[in-house]
Amino acid sequence: MSAAHVAPKSLYYTIFAALLVGTALTVGVAFIDLGAFNNVAMLTIACIKALLVILFFMHVRWGTRLTWLVVASGFFWLILMFSITMVDFSTRGWVQGTPK
Amino acid sequence: MSDAHAEHYPGPLHSPPVKIGGEGPAHGHEDGHVHHPKLQHHFDDMAQQAEASTLGMWVFLVTEIMFFGGLFTAYLVYRAHSPEAFQEASAHLSIGWGGFNTAVLIFSSLTMALAVRAAQTSESAKTQVTWIAITMFLGLVFLGVKGIEYTEKFRDHIVPGPYFDASRWEHPAGVEMFYSLYFCMTGLHALHMIIGLGIMTWLAIKAWQRSFNADYYTPVEVAGLYWHFVDIVWIFLFPLLYLIGRHYHHG
Repeated sequence: MSAAHVAPKSLYYTIFAALLVGTALTVGVAFIDLGAFNNVAMLTIACIKALLVILFFMHVRWGTRLTWLVVASGFFWLILMFSITMVDFSTRGWVQGTPK
Repeated sequence: MSDAHAEHYPGPLHSPPVKIGGEGPAHGHEDGHVHHPKLQHHFDDMAQQAEASTLGMWVFLVTEIMFFGGLFTAYLVYRAHSPEAFQEASAHLSIGWGGFNTAVLIFSSLTMALAVRAAQTSESAKTQVTWIAITMFLGLVFLGVKGIEYTEKFRDHIVPGPYFDASRWEHPAGVEMFYSLYFCMTGLHALHMIIGLGIMTWLAIKAWQRSFNADYYTPVEVAGLYWHFVDIVWIFLFPLLYLIGRHYHHG
């Protein structure tokens, strides 16, 4: 285990700073009316922040391929759950005689 | 049975630990094989054992993603159903408290990462415990702020249920749904924080007893994964709950 990667402290401080900048950015964007793009901007920033935490704080950057696969599978199933649910919900009532 | 056993394991299964090299306590057996005292017999070496633990934790975290994912799906459906009500309700949440708590949690993720690093680099028990303690303190600050926010919601009759005050809202039904989701999502998140504090209390005690060093720090690593996961959930909760209605009353 002593062979495991030890990240330099400076990297952790950089990630921390980036996460704070991301938070400030997402708050700033929220006050500007961009219509539907508000959601896109908000979720993009949140995903980048989550990715930084996963890759560096959670050491996946230096993890095995199997770890990568397990992590990715979690988000893959999450996206499936969102998309299949919304495909159902957003098409309710399209066919005549079906409940809306 | 005893004959077969004797054939494969001559002598007692566990003999007293013997010292090898200068590498601290090792664990020896009378058949001659010697290994680290923390190495379980079904693993080849410490690296494989650590990898298995990390992978196991990630499998658990995937189930956690789906656990919170159910609530995020509910949020998605009801927000698509009544977007104006969600904006109206969201605009009432305090962006100051929410932003402050986001910063607190991000800071606690940094100190947790440094706690793992301190164990990884065999730093002193005092250093390891200090980072864990700072992380716990920040977790408590987060929960304290959450307590203040919850108190305000109860005081102002915003909590869904018989005392919900519908008269102050343009879209009371949707607002009540938003706050149902708000309490479920932040409540489940806060529960995870409380469990995390329990885990870290145990971790601090073990660290104080010098249990973790470069050869063995799996519990710190795995607890860190849990804590960072809880941080990630909040990274999504903050914008989705606090920030979607900021221009609602202006445009």
